[in-house]
Amino acid sequence: MSASFAIRARSHPAWWAFAVHRVSGVLLALFLPLHFWALAQALDGAAALDAFLRFAERPWVRLAEWGLVVLLALHLTGGVRLLLIEFGPWRGLRKDWIAMTAGAGVVAGLAYALALTR
Amino acid sequence: MTMTRATQAKLWYAQRLSAMVLAGCVIVHLGVIVYATRSGLSAGALLARTRGNVAFAVFYGVFVLACAVHAPLGLRAVAHEWLHWRGGAADAVWATFALALVATGMRAVYAVTAS
Repeated sequence: MSASFAIRARSHPAWWAFAVHRVSGVLLALFLPLHFWALAQALDGAAALDAFLRFAERPWVRLAEWGLVVLLALHLTGGVRLLLIEFGPWRGLRKDWIAMTAGAGVVAGLAYALALTR
Repeated sequence: MTMTRATQAKLWYAQRLSAMVLAGCVIVHLGVIVYATRSGLSAGALLARTRGNVAFAVFYGVFVLACAVHAPLGLRAVAHEWLHWRGGAADAVWATFALALVATGMRAVYAVTAS
């Protein structure tokens, strides 16, 4: 791949959709063991889970959680786009779904932020 | 050891089928996240709703299994394409990661739903 081709490919919305889907997928996959470990604190009783929930109230943890919710919405919508491309009756890059992916990220981010500030 | 094309095709389908299951699971999960957060995040309130809740346990059990198929296969594809890491040793690592996700995920579901 020549440098000019690489730059041209990256200026395309579908390349950004690919990049967002890939990076969000890797981060979500790496988060899963941590998420399962946190929930398993309930095995030691409600107090142990509460201790973790208090830890999760720190601003940087909240920000990371918010980021994960946004990534989950982006990966979900971007993934549905890929399934539609691979299994759907249409042809093409489904650019409408790239826009919807960005929209879903915004909606999930706002909904979670509002829930936090209730 | 190289994987046969038939096995590669099966893994590709497993990735897509798990994605279809996950699409439904994640929509529900995002709703649960927002609802639980709005209701106030305390262990007492969370566990009061989840403990003994069979529907919750079944739903999240399915969610864990779909994750355990989807995440390792996704990481496997990324490691292959970006790091050129593939082959028997790599597949053994991804299979171990999948089993670890099943074990820790089911443990988490049990932790919050067992009454």
